[in-house]
Amino acid sequence: MNTAGAKHNILVKIVSRGPLNLIILLICAAWLIPSFGLFVSSFRPAHLILSTGWWKAFKSPFAFTLENYSKVLSTANMGRSFINSLLISIPATVMPILIAAFAAYAFAWMHFPGRDFLFLLVVGLLVVPIQMTLIPVLMLFNKLHLTGTFLGIWIAHTGYGLPFAVYLLRNFIGELPEEMFESAHLDGASHYTVFFKLVLPTSVPALSSLAIFQFMWVWNDLLVALIFLGGNPSVAPMPLTISNLVNSYGGGWEYLTSAAFISMLLPIVIFFSLQKYFVRGILAGSVKG
Amino acid sequence: MSIKTLLLAVGAVVGVPAVLIAYVRLGEGLIGKIKGKKQLNVRPWLWLFPAFILLIVFLIYPVVNTFILSFKNASSSSFVGLKNYIFIFTNHDMLIALKNNLLWLVFVTLLTITLGLLIAVLTDRIKYEAVAKAFIFLPMAISAVAAGVIWKFMYEFKPKGTEQIGTVNAFFTAVVPNFEPKAWLFNPPINTYALMIVYIWMWTGFCMVILSAGLKGIPNSLLEAARIDGANEWKIFWKIIIPTMSSTIIVVATTMVINVLKVFDIVYVMTNGTLGTEVIANRMYKEMFNFHDFGKASAIAVVLLLAIIPVMLVNIKRFGQRRG
Repeated sequence: MNTAGAKHNILVKIVSRGPLNLIILLICAAWLIPSFGLFVSSFRPAHLILSTGWWKAFKSPFAFTLENYSKVLSTANMGRSFINSLLISIPATVMPILIAAFAAYAFAWMHFPGRDFLFLLVVGLLVVPIQMTLIPVLMLFNKLHLTGTFLGIWIAHTGYGLPFAVYLLRNFIGELPEEMFESAHLDGASHYTVFFKLVLPTSVPALSSLAIFQFMWVWNDLLVALIFLGGNPSVAPMPLTISNLVNSYGGGWEYLTSAAFISMLLPIVIFFSLQKYFVRGILAGSVKG
Repeated sequence: MSIKTLLLAVGAVVGVPAVLIAYVRLGEGLIGKIKGKKQLNVRPWLWLFPAFILLIVFLIYPVVNTFILSFKNASSSSFVGLKNYIFIFTNHDMLIALKNNLLWLVFVTLLTITLGLLIAVLTDRIKYEAVAKAFIFLPMAISAVAAGVIWKFMYEFKPKGTEQIGTVNAFFTAVVPNFEPKAWLFNPPINTYALMIVYIWMWTGFCMVILSAGLKGIPNSLLEAARIDGANEWKIFWKIIIPTMSSTIIVVATTMVINVLKVFDIVYVMTNGTLGTEVIANRMYKEMFNFHDFGKASAIAVVLLLAIIPVMLVNIKRFGQRRG
């Protein structure tokens, strides 16, 4: 819209274009270089990573290798962790969404006493720091032997993901046209049918945003995994394994660069292919109130 | 990976939804048998029940319980009054953590919003807006742990005279004459700011996305009118863009304040709070797992919540206004 305005003043446009593009390019470069440096380094032999800057990789001798990846996948538990991350993230994404959709439907299209209060409670829970819940939940998990198990972390992520999921879906489902529900009920459709045949299919945009959001959140989570999976490497997701690698291989950049990149791979693919939904989720969630 | 785990995962992905669907179907069937108005009274609770059970177990009950535990001793066996809270506001390390969180709050919130707004306004004027914004936004997709590794590598330090492999030291060595390479993560007070930069790198994209959406919401006619009246771009920015976007900016600011108060992973991975970089959430983790003091850890969590409550009230108030 500003571009359209600038058309009126061609002179201003010509003078201002150069610096503008330069500033933007510099900002983009500053933002990309850290990840790019890691990416390049992860393909360099260990002795070169430690002795020369990653930007020298483009001068001869060109020495690139996949050894860092094979090493980190086989010896540093990263292969196992990648699978663990999948095993944790997929159920922990599916579970909260359906449960939240039920609640969101009730909040949006049913009348009951205390509805507004309960929904405000959910909005309030959105900002409760997870730290506030860790100790009691850990005590409970210890009693039920859920610490260090996939089942435990699935339920934990489901519980923690619910306020945002309910909030986002209630706003979306609440905006669906009233006539749609009226005509369905006139036709004698039950709430069960309305929910599964009307609400869920029409909510696909919100559901997909939410799914991406929750998946990324769980995939990248360190804190919840650290507390509830603790020192059990056989169930550790990638962030947990990498943070242990940082502690044990302080300067082992051949391990750290490739491990970090493996953990970034899936989020980056999701990000570039489904950026629209990701952005939509952020917008819907942030415009609280 | 054991077969058992795989079965469990498949069970969770397929089984849990199946159970939930069956639950609603059966529940609706039973409710359908109830005659008259009672049916309307029971139905909402059927749909809310699974969510509220989990909310109670994972959020509502723990918040109350943590509050109680914060007045108890390390093993939660007896009450100690305000002792844990007195510790928080008198202990040397805790005070460092509190001071650092305040610094984080001010610098990170201000810088992420300023940079986010600047980039949103600048990219609004170019053809390759989407690409440029995607690059800035990309770090949002990366875990804080990976970001920690990326930036530890950026900050890597070698003594003067040896070749620098860390980008930051190499850059300054090349640009600034006689530059002394620095161990960015080990020298207080720079190390705290070095950590903040990582967080800013991660979250500027988030602010940019929301602010950019707000910017697109300003009616074009408003800006056109101002330009015809002879206002320059600088004036338009301060007199039109900023005031019209004030509510969006407040939303971003409250979200950032809440996020920054809880900052944990970056500090945990990069310095673990050593050398003066401690923050509240990392300190809480240490009390919990290193010192096994559930009383102090709970009290720290309560302080964190109390700091967030004013922000939460702003959110709820705004929410009420929109509905009303």
